[in-house]
Amino acid sequence: MKHLLSAGDLDRDEALAILDTATQMHAIQTREVKKLPPLRGRTIVNLFFEDSTRTRSSFEIAGKWLSADVINVSAKGSSVSKGESLRDTVLTVAAMGVDALVVRHHASGAVQQLAGWVDCHVVNAGDGTHEHPTQALLDAYTLRSRLGDLADRHVVIVGDVTHSRVARSNVLLLNTLGARVTLVAPPTLMPSGVASWPCTTSWDLDATLSGKEHGDVDAVMMLRVQRERMSGGYFPTEREYAIGYGLSPRRLDLLAEHAPVLHPGPMNRGLEISSAAADGLRSMVLDQVQAGVAVRMAVLYRLLSGAADSSTGSEVTV
Amino acid sequence: MTSHARTPVSGSSDPTAATVLAAADVARIVDRMAHQIIENIARPTAAGGSFEAVLLGIPTRGVPLAHRLASRIAVFADVHLPVGSLDITLYRDDLRLRGVRPLGETIEPEGGVTGKTVILVDDVFYSGRSTRAALDAVADLGRPRAVQLAVLVDRGHRELPIRADYVGKNIPTSPSQRVRVSLAETDGSDSVHLVEAATTEEGEL
Repeated sequence: MKHLLSAGDLDRDEALAILDTATQMHAIQTREVKKLPPLRGRTIVNLFFEDSTRTRSSFEIAGKWLSADVINVSAKGSSVSKGESLRDTVLTVAAMGVDALVVRHHASGAVQQLAGWVDCHVVNAGDGTHEHPTQALLDAYTLRSRLGDLADRHVVIVGDVTHSRVARSNVLLLNTLGARVTLVAPPTLMPSGVASWPCTTSWDLDATLSGKEHGDVDAVMMLRVQRERMSGGYFPTEREYAIGYGLSPRRLDLLAEHAPVLHPGPMNRGLEISSAAADGLRSMVLDQVQAGVAVRMAVLYRLLSGAADSSTGSEVTV
Repeated sequence: MTSHARTPVSGSSDPTAATVLAAADVARIVDRMAHQIIENIARPTAAGGSFEAVLLGIPTRGVPLAHRLASRIAVFADVHLPVGSLDITLYRDDLRLRGVRPLGETIEPEGGVTGKTVILVDDVFYSGRSTRAALDAVADLGRPRAVQLAVLVDRGHRELPIRADYVGKNIPTSPSQRVRVSLAETDGSDSVHLVEAATTEEGEL
């Protein structure tokens, strides 16, 4: 594996290898010495053209716990604010001899584009409304820790699907892992090409959660309503959205006993998720954050350790 | 375990594989090593005998070996040593020479390793490089009082100044040969074979 650009690039074996590696990486979070040596002498640059707290800090922690040198470059305070183009910025950073770039950009497809310009490994940390593969991996990791094998599990993803890179990556990865996905959103927030995605869709949250429409539900993933990406009126009022698509305490009771609630964060409490759901026993929001470091350690390990030439072909899995 | 000791195992159909140890030999060797460990680590205290030791198996086959040693020590000396497993993949010095490796499991023994005598358990002792990696890995778990090494087979060809404290069997080999250890827990039956395999890439480091 040379790059991690899309959750769709991962076949089942590679996805499971990352998740299994993450399980082992998770153990060091409870150790006194949180340091492992495999990426000693490697340099990772976090190139963030868009704001981020959890993704950037967890990539930074992940790299540092694996002994890599991690440098953060953000658009604010860099030459990007002086008008330098994306290509020039990326080539400048890459020319310093970095081994991997972790990139977030506000334009969909930007990370795929720049992966063609550089020789080093590129990890997509979120590009516009397109993909966020490490988020999908950590969601799958969290789901697996609660549900076990995800084959034939039914995961419902609710909310602002149109603007959600998390939803796209999750649909692709969960499908690869054998789970069934149902997307629930108001018609205005359901993307136009959704019919070609490997999932079912619904506009009715109550019917879906109660299992009447698409079968019993094993997990619910709430998406953030991304006001910063919305230019027009996608729904009349916040209150109306919350009534139709918010995870209220009443909707929580529709769920089966074992079904966890996930949210990629940051949460809009009272809009897409009620505090009862966010802080309840089903909530795995903080587990997701914790899994984020382990999963990103696993991704960096799988990309950067091992022989350089083995990364082009199929790698050794024995 | 001993009833089918001399029956040929599946691996011996390979004409280049010579049986070095059969199941009965493995069982006897493990018993002897358990006795040696007891003699070596029993330290008299005011309350009688004390065993401030833990067994750390190195995956894959060091782990079942560590559990066997612990259960034999429990039988012979009536003490239960904590057993753990120590994955050394991330500490290997040849990590960058091959493709990406999957990780084994690291389980800290009950009570940790700090202040204890840690006995590393591995199946084959060869270059000494995995032992070096294991020493680094142990240091990240804590600060043991002492670290010792127990191996089922010592095949020689050391590349580092490292020796074993408990050796099950010394087997002279040439570097082109492979020592194939089979254990009931991982391979279905106990045996040690010497395989002529100049072409195999997976050596026991």
